[in-house]
Amino acid sequence: MGQPQAILLKNGRIIDPANRIDKKASLLVEKGKIQAIFTQRQKKPTLPTKLLSIDLQGKWIVPGLIDMHVHLREPGEEHKETIETGTMAAATGGFTAVACMPNTNPVNDCQSVTRLILEKAEQAYSRVYPVGAISKGSQGESLAEFGEMKKAGAVAVTDDGKPVSDSQMMRRALEYASNYNIMVISHSEDFSLSRNGAMNEGFVSTRMGLKGIPSIAEEIMVYRDLALAEYTGCPLHLAHISTKESINLIRLAKQKGCPVTAETAPHYFSLTEEAVDDYNTNAKMNPPLRTQEDLDAVIGALIDGTIDVIATDHAPHSILEKDIEFDQAANGIIGLETSVPLALALFRKGYIDEARLVELLSENPAKILGVKGGSLSIGADADIAVIDPEHQFVLHENDIASKSKNSPFIGAKLQGKALLTICGGRITYSALSV
Amino acid sequence: MSSKYLFAHKHILGLDHLSVSDIEHILNTAESFKEISDRSIKKVPVLRGKTVVTLFFEPSTRTRLSFDIAAKRMSADTFSISASTSSTTKGETLSDTAKNIEAMMPDIIVMRHPSSGASNYLAKRINTSVINAGDGTHEHPSQGLLDLMTVKNHKGKIKGLKIAIIGDISHSRVAHSDIIGFSKMGANVFVSGPATLIPKKIDQLGATVCKTIDEAVRNADVVMPLRLQKERQNDPLIPSFREYASFFGINRQVLKIAKPDALVMHPGPINRGVELSPDVADSSQSVILDQVTNGVAIRMALMYLVFGGT
Repeated sequence: MGQPQAILLKNGRIIDPANRIDKKASLLVEKGKIQAIFTQRQKKPTLPTKLLSIDLQGKWIVPGLIDMHVHLREPGEEHKETIETGTMAAATGGFTAVACMPNTNPVNDCQSVTRLILEKAEQAYSRVYPVGAISKGSQGESLAEFGEMKKAGAVAVTDDGKPVSDSQMMRRALEYASNYNIMVISHSEDFSLSRNGAMNEGFVSTRMGLKGIPSIAEEIMVYRDLALAEYTGCPLHLAHISTKESINLIRLAKQKGCPVTAETAPHYFSLTEEAVDDYNTNAKMNPPLRTQEDLDAVIGALIDGTIDVIATDHAPHSILEKDIEFDQAANGIIGLETSVPLALALFRKGYIDEARLVELLSENPAKILGVKGGSLSIGADADIAVIDPEHQFVLHENDIASKSKNSPFIGAKLQGKALLTICGGRITYSALSV
Repeated sequence: MSSKYLFAHKHILGLDHLSVSDIEHILNTAESFKEISDRSIKKVPVLRGKTVVTLFFEPSTRTRLSFDIAAKRMSADTFSISASTSSTTKGETLSDTAKNIEAMMPDIIVMRHPSSGASNYLAKRINTSVINAGDGTHEHPSQGLLDLMTVKNHKGKIKGLKIAIIGDISHSRVAHSDIIGFSKMGANVFVSGPATLIPKKIDQLGATVCKTIDEAVRNADVVMPLRLQKERQNDPLIPSFREYASFFGINRQVLKIAKPDALVMHPGPINRGVELSPDVADSSQSVILDQVTNGVAIRMALMYLVFGGT
């Protein structure tokens, strides 16, 4: 698309909690940077002659959203998603940056794979922050080269998709990562309890005859990882938290000063295990959808700060992996294009305010990963999302930008949508007729 | 039963989906078909010209033969496909296998499959009637119905009876269908077995969980041990068949605490000497072979009813 040299976002509501801003104003983007923010009463800055001016009455102008938990599938599983299609989905959802998980083929466990991803990402629709593996091949046996991966551009390490089962391995990872100031992200799961499980263990799994994944499979490992972080004093980020007791453990650890942050995914505060009814493989993920009690606890944790980030765990799978018998189907759902409306539902129900929403979706992930963005500071790179909180739509499969369509929200009536996404001053997505 | 009653199910996927009236209607229909198997010419033309395909992805002798005999006694043409002879071993998906069979215009597909929900999956994707002959650890509706029929035959009723189901409840689709069916029909279902084989929240399905087998069997009208599958010894579920037999096996002594006229049932095949002692299996209280006989009648009724028979 032909890119304008300068963009004026007029009369929107600028919500930038990092700078404690929430006001009706205009924002000028020029040369890829945020040049000025000004209200109607303030003096207008000198506007360039070639200017794309967009009236955003009633719309929100927020820092570009950052999804710190995304599977882009490239290299190795390009039939599910590529860096190009995955970041296109990101831009469509209002995201200007994504952190991509290392469970590709080959696993991103060394600098050459990290570099390959970043090379491909030069053409992408959002910033791409590779996350390296904790262990070589994510096999859990020997440490991957954190230093070299960090130097090549990795922002964190994790064996996501698989737990680090060996406690000594996890301890060493936390310690070793501290030398390079690289975040360790834990996929907390006691695999001996969850093996072969297909959904949350409880009445629904019993009724459907499906092997259950008990909530304790998550909680036991969350406790172990918190204990390791506290003992070593090394920072830790917990991925996709889904249960009430995990949240209680994290809350307690934070009170004690443990250097921990945590994320949850929109499906954990939007759906319960009941969504699996009639063997819907688009409601199959790991950790699995839990109970209403867990869902309520997740919302409570988003309100009180126990959970710091909403990340989608965007996990594309084709119909080859999804349109099959439930117990055989792959875990995971796409999330980039539904995160905004699902998070906005929390706002509409009065659980969290606008500023908290931006914190969860942009400011906090930027801080945790130590990457740019997360605010609308003057002079910063222009990573911006324009959101229409009122826009109502039904999610249709054909409208999904991701290569895969594995979403339990297809056919659902949603409210709230990104209308315009600007990354580094470039328009990466626009639903506006300009 | 109201004269307006209509059996409205195209598929038989589980007892969970059937109402009390549906179940009563199936049992009555089966009862009326039972006599056909006693005739010297065991054939009625009810399903003449209809095609029934049995598609089995797991080994089975009794259930498959029972469906086959039932279909033939109704004059349907039957064809059998097993996993070892089907294309799935060549990597074909279940959906493709089913659509290919459907392209040959069968009227009913009877399927057994190791994945829970496989029949539900099939029913959503093809237009042919699907009868679930057992899916994973989910349901085995024709077995549940033949168990109900057998108890009703012998006891004259189901309501208010105490049914004791003993053993591996977790991995038993028969147990699931029986718990749903018997509690739906007003019986009181008690289950017992090693705690490693009792699934979470099974009580919400309608069963009372007992720590000891005595509690479950005491004054029971029906005692039903389940087959203990050999491979369960490999998981850390039970230490040995020997210990299982001595604590959870049904033998003469255990049976004494049930009602004197209690029925002994078993979904088969029996591990003699493990979940059931040989003398009890062959005793006058055992109705295990009646279950098999009733199975044919139930399956005749199901095939008849999914075609809109009344």
